[in-house]
Amino acid sequence: MASNNVSEVAALITEIICNLNGSTLQAQLKRAAQKEVEKPTVTSATLKSDIISSLKTSGWEKILRNEIYKQINCIPKCFDSSIPFECQKEPLMYMRKAQANWEKRILKSMNSMCTELSIPLARKRPADEQRDLLHKWNEMGTDEPDLSHFRPVYAPKDFLEVISSVRNPNYRSLYGHESEEYPEVCSEHWGLIQVPLEVPKLTELQAKFSEFCSSLPQGGIDDSVDAPTESFQNERNRIARRVLDEKRGVLAQHFCRRGCPSGNRAEMWQLALGVTVDHLAILKYDQLKGYVLQHDLLVDSLIYKDVKLTSVNDDYYFVFEDYLYQVLLVFSRDTTVLDHFVHSSASPPKSYIRGKLGLEEFSVIYPPNGVIPFHGFSMYATPLCYLYSEPIRLYYMFREMYTRYFHRLHSISSHPQGIISLCLLFESTLQSTHPRLFRHLQEIGCQPLKIAFKWLVRAFSGYLATEQLLLLWDRIIGYGSLLILPLLAVAIFLFRQSNLLLITSASGVEGSLADITTLHVVPLLQLILFPT
Amino acid sequence: CTMSKNLRIGRSYQKKLAGDHRIIRFRCALNNTIGDVLKQRPGWVESKEGEDWDFYWCDIGWLRENFDHIYMEEHVRICHFRNHFELTRKNLMVKNLKRLKKQLERESKSESAKCDFFPMTYELPSEYHIFVEEFKKNPGTVWIMKPIAKSQGKGIFLFRRLKDIIDWKKEGYRANNEERKEETKDVETYIVQRYLGNPYLIGGKKFDLRIYVLVTSYVPLKAWLYRDGFARFSNARFTLDSIDDSYVHLTNVAVQKTAPDYDPEKGCKWSLQQLRHYLTAKHGYETVANVYQQMNEIFIKSLQSVQKIIINDKHCFELYGYDILLDSNLKLWLLEVNASPSLTASNQEDYDLKVGLLEDTLNIIDMEGSLTGNEKRVGNFDLMWNDGPVYAEDGSTDALGGPSYATNTYLGCHNDRKRQLNQLFRSLQNKKTAAG
Ligand SMILES: Nc1ncnc2c1ncn2[C@@H]1O[C@H](COP(=O)(O)OP(=O)(O)O)[C@@H](O)[C@H]1O
Ligand SMILES: [Mg+2]
Repeated sequence: MASNNVSEVAALITEIICNLNGSTLQAQLKRAAQKEVEKPTVTSATLKSDIISSLKTSGWEKILRNEIYKQINCIPKCFDSSIPFECQKEPLMYMRKAQANWEKRILKSMNSMCTELSIPLARKRPADEQRDLLHKWNEMGTDEPDLSHFRPVYAPKDFLEVISSVRNPNYRSLYGHESEEYPEVCSEHWGLIQVPLEVPKLTELQAKFSEFCSSLPQGGIDDSVDAPTESFQNERNRIARRVLDEKRGVLAQHFCRRGCPSGNRAEMWQLALGVTVDHLAILKYDQLKGYVLQHDLLVDSLIYKDVKLTSVNDDYYFVFEDYLYQVLLVFSRDTTVLDHFVHSSASPPKSYIRGKLGLEEFSVIYPPNGVIPFHGFSMYATPLCYLYSEPIRLYYMFREMYTRYFHRLHSISSHPQGIISLCLLFESTLQSTHPRLFRHLQEIGCQPLKIAFKWLVRAFSGYLATEQLLLLWDRIIGYGSLLILPLLAVAIFLFRQSNLLLITSASGVEGSLADITTLHVVPLLQLILFPT
Repeated sequence: CTMSKNLRIGRSYQKKLAGDHRIIRFRCALNNTIGDVLKQRPGWVESKEGEDWDFYWCDIGWLRENFDHIYMEEHVRICHFRNHFELTRKNLMVKNLKRLKKQLERESKSESAKCDFFPMTYELPSEYHIFVEEFKKNPGTVWIMKPIAKSQGKGIFLFRRLKDIIDWKKEGYRANNEERKEETKDVETYIVQRYLGNPYLIGGKKFDLRIYVLVTSYVPLKAWLYRDGFARFSNARFTLDSIDDSYVHLTNVAVQKTAPDYDPEKGCKWSLQQLRHYLTAKHGYETVANVYQQMNEIFIKSLQSVQKIIINDKHCFELYGYDILLDSNLKLWLLEVNASPSLTASNQEDYDLKVGLLEDTLNIIDMEGSLTGNEKRVGNFDLMWNDGPVYAEDGSTDALGGPSYATNTYLGCHNDRKRQLNQLFRSLQNKKTAAG
């Protein structure tokens, strides 16, 4: 066990060093070291220690630490080069298959839309169109293209159908039947998810989310907008300031666990996620913007449509429309997003140059970032518009949130943070904490997951009041975990239980849980994690 | 309709009874939300053309022509003060504010600094020469010209060069000279004002705030602040490059309505509550509390600037619509005060807001005589000034969900109008039955 750990750490270090090799940071460090060497006071005897201490005092050491911390967070835990690549992406074969089929389906749907509407996947814009677009880059929302023929490639509802039909072919129930034939009778899980994945038990979750313990003051209870407790508020502001001055990612992330004071959240998240917006990042953004100007992609229309259907329709979020295009269109061109597929079960979709269907050498990844937006996708970015009013900073924060967390919410995998595990955690926790409620809902034909799924897929974006959502995302970042999502979903059911137990129709349940904007997330999470 | 001289208004009031109280005969000059609210109010009936009345939601034109020729009984109420324009005409408002500022300067610097909430403004043509001097001192500044007698963004334009305004002046004189032959009218008066070039932007969009203040008396000054109001966004992104594009610069709903991509259902509005949440999420609670404190300063100082000038009359009350702009330093600027804020609703939410606003106005005017007169909150109105600042009671039910402000104002805070009204009227009822 111990040696296993050591070899894991060794592999991790190798991986990080490999990643740092040739990076800008490495060049910057080199330059800083060189400067030190050129100083007349340097002697060869103390050279090494002089350089190290100068890197410390000039702040480079901190930047290096932050970068390493970020990498530790992003590299999958059990990295082992002896395991084949596809198994590292997803160890279970039936999951791999299910994901591959799902990808095929999405791609087919997109391609058939192309054929139906006879529009190409990509089209070079004529020069005058490029000029127009550049001119109104900051106000793309004033454009009202006719999108009536476009439909979202898929909606969360379709995706739920797919993941609830995933089965392990080797898995037989205690009764010796294929579990598929008698799911209701045979399964000890009453829910829709019928794959045997391990999900954490409540005691494990309590240990993991120990900061929720109600004896600790919490951002989201003790600083509620309308009636803050002054001492807690002041204390948190003071610590937040110190953390930000320290510039240490690890501290910032830890700080988020108990909620960020509103005024510091933007900076705190950025530090916690190690997102820096330097001149290179700005150049990169401009380059991507150039790609948007040059080519019109079909996914652009899908993005437009999605923003119009979700944010613009919202009487709160409509203000951010222009920002969303500036983020999402650029995102679709960003090939660095492809890196996240290394540790995801998903693979980027491929399209073929016209007439060369199926010929690998004529395949291109489409869209360039490998992510096909679905109905509600833009809601991953919308809440961030609350925090970042500079489009470029907003962009990099969104990209980081997506590649770290949100991509897991719409791919099929056995990953503990994957949507299937989250759904299973939701169902099993609800079943074990309130079996009577679960049974009741089932009997009136309303599987709880059918309600909760849309919350989970969007990480609750658009369902909670924004301040509440930000408090929830504080915790996602703080714990580096999406497990908080199903816990909140269960808590909502428990909180409304007395009402739900009286309802006798599925539509009634839907109605009673349609509006959750008045809920306060932190007390709810305490309710489920540390019931008193 | 021709009113004979010194017509008595509200005479046969005593005779009619409707349940608990007298029937209230109202007239209404506007055919929008206020009409609906008056018609639906229990015990109120609309009086026909030429009939006597007790309550009139009149327009300012009627007021000008008739006010001096009528005699109103004690209980009669109308919705404007005789010379409201001292506050609601752009040039006079600035004149009065400048005067107050001067007065306060003699007392203390810090008090007079509290009046620094209006952009540098001059009246044209009368102050043309002072303006030109000021103009030369501030090269590169953008200026905004507004006709004092128009509203809803009409006649407004921006300029940078003195030449623009000289051309305008010539044209203006010419046009007016032609008119003068028939009508002997003066040159149209404008104000010229420093254009606030660094507005606070949300989603890249400019917005201004509409906030409602009800004054029930000037001597002593008694003013109420409505919790709800809205931020109006301009549809297009803000940039100073397109100086001619008035859609970007003017945030009046009336202007936005003619914008080609205006969506009436959406209305380009945020409620004050939504705005407060946004600002808090971004800047933190304390910063936002400071912004709202500036707001109080604006209301009180502007009302005080006209307190001695407005002809106080116990028959009159007025519901003002304040236009306020927030800049990127989180400083607030008073643009103008409207005597007849638009009561036309742009969508359902807006309708609900305005119905609540008007119902609560009528609740405070209290023709029915239900209140004790000591209330600090009625519906969404909080009493903010009663011959002096009104302080929030600590631990009162009003403070539930509201921050413990020193002053009794809860702009953009949690509001539960219906519940508060229910509680209020129930407790009044209880007192009555206990007494009787
Ligand atoms: N000094 C100024 N700086 C920036 N914008 C202004 C200024 N004055 C007016 N505006 C814009 O023009 C709009 C109309 O001005 P306002 O003074 O309210 O006149 P109106 O009577 O036509 O409504 C305001 O809502 C605001 O958006
Ligand atoms: Mg106005």
